[in-house]
Amino acid sequence: MVSIFDIIGPVMVGPSSSHTAGATKLGNIARRVCTDKIRIVDFYLHGSFAETFRGHGTDRALLGGVLGMNAADERIRDSFKYARESGIEVAFHTADLGDVHPNTVKIVMSCADGSAGELTGASIGGGEVRVSSINNTHIEFSGQYPTIITVHRDKPGIVARVSSIFANHSVNIAFLKVFRQSRGSEASMVIETDQEVTRSMLDEIASVPEIVKIMFVDV
Amino acid sequence: MYQFSRARELLEICDKRNLKLPDAVILSEQEEWGRSRDEIWNEMDSRLGIMENSVEKGLEPDLKSIGGLIGGNAAKLNSYLQHGSLGGKIINQAVAYALAVTEYNACMGKIVAAPTAGSSGILPGILIALKEEKEYSREQVINAMFVAAGIGKIIASNATLSGAAGGCQAECGAASAMAAASAAYLGGGNTSVCMEAAAIALKGLLGLVCDPVAGLVEVPCSKRNATSTANAIICADMALAGINSFIPFDEVVDAMFRIGNMMSSDLRETARGGCAVTPTALAFTKTIR
Repeated sequence: MVSIFDIIGPVMVGPSSSHTAGATKLGNIARRVCTDKIRIVDFYLHGSFAETFRGHGTDRALLGGVLGMNAADERIRDSFKYARESGIEVAFHTADLGDVHPNTVKIVMSCADGSAGELTGASIGGGEVRVSSINNTHIEFSGQYPTIITVHRDKPGIVARVSSIFANHSVNIAFLKVFRQSRGSEASMVIETDQEVTRSMLDEIASVPEIVKIMFVDV
Repeated sequence: MYQFSRARELLEICDKRNLKLPDAVILSEQEEWGRSRDEIWNEMDSRLGIMENSVEKGLEPDLKSIGGLIGGNAAKLNSYLQHGSLGGKIINQAVAYALAVTEYNACMGKIVAAPTAGSSGILPGILIALKEEKEYSREQVINAMFVAAGIGKIIASNATLSGAAGGCQAECGAASAMAAASAAYLGGGNTSVCMEAAAIALKGLLGLVCDPVAGLVEVPCSKRNATSTANAIICADMALAGINSFIPFDEVVDAMFRIGNMMSSDLRETARGGCAVTPTALAFTKTIR
């Protein structure tokens, strides 16, 4: 059911829900892949993003998102200035990312602790997005719900173990997807919830022995 | 109990329960999302505030859009209309405000998508011009926003509000229908008069294609917001005069959806047809790529 505030709304920085608001959201999700302060960020723009990014402010929006801004933040216009002030190196590239949605971007980040992060996603219209890869592993989610992404060792019982934590906290799982590269190696769960997720719940999930790391997205 | 997806259902709810149109829309939102009337009212009030701010900021004469094609047109019309105009004060004031919001949008200003960013000028243009010129209260204007929201919800439920899916008729057409209904409400029209205004307004823009120059939300979008604003006022006046659409609003919405499906994808936001492939547009496109 559509809310009247999706009709008279969303409130956003223009000019385009797909090229500006959605781009901000992708940047904002991407920054959560990093475990430390971002030092260098490279954006690889595909298709319509590559062709019209300057005129839509897609570059400022993506960068604003990486800096933690949301789609209604008027500082997006000056995000390059804020990046400079924070000492973040920024580069935009046009790229052919293959047979993907026309508004796709690949975001590659280097962090202060020496680690790297990657996120690929598309802005699919109306400010909505679809993430298709994190750290070069195929994964899928929309960011419409509070979302937990795990990296864990692919062993029997892990899904039950983690989902029981949700049950204990009375948090309903709206969608649950499991991804892996190969049997017995590292795998990922994407868990989208109907209720807010608390810090203590995240800590509990992170303390499950098979869990290598978790990431939380709430935009 | 208060849920509707069709105009005839909304009319029936208003009729059976003796409700005013905005109250029926608020009740459906309360019921669906479990929010209080106050909470919903205050959120709409705050969105009106953002609309007012975007009109004010968009009237500044030295605005320049990031694509470089628009900015300053709202200021031009606003200063011209102070010394008389052919079309009259209210229409031109509403159009100037609609231009202002779209130009501010193109400068990466904060706007309320209503229903989309590309068609964000029409509803605030009309509401704020009518509020000033006819001295409607803030409360009346917020009620009119709920009327517009109800109309938009019907279109979203049965057709589309996306230019990429249905062309500009789904964006500026929908916004014009929403604005026409809200203007008819402010003008004292009852629920069916509001629906007639929406039907006539959307009918007038059926078939409108989405052909943005260089893919930017600038040309022809900004001025199409302007003409769609004038369309909305004229249609509200017709409905208030007692003129019927003949085709009911629900059927016009269905027709809009079918037309969108028949439209070549070249004419649905891809910048491969219409204004976007004129020699002038192509020459400009080359300069920014």
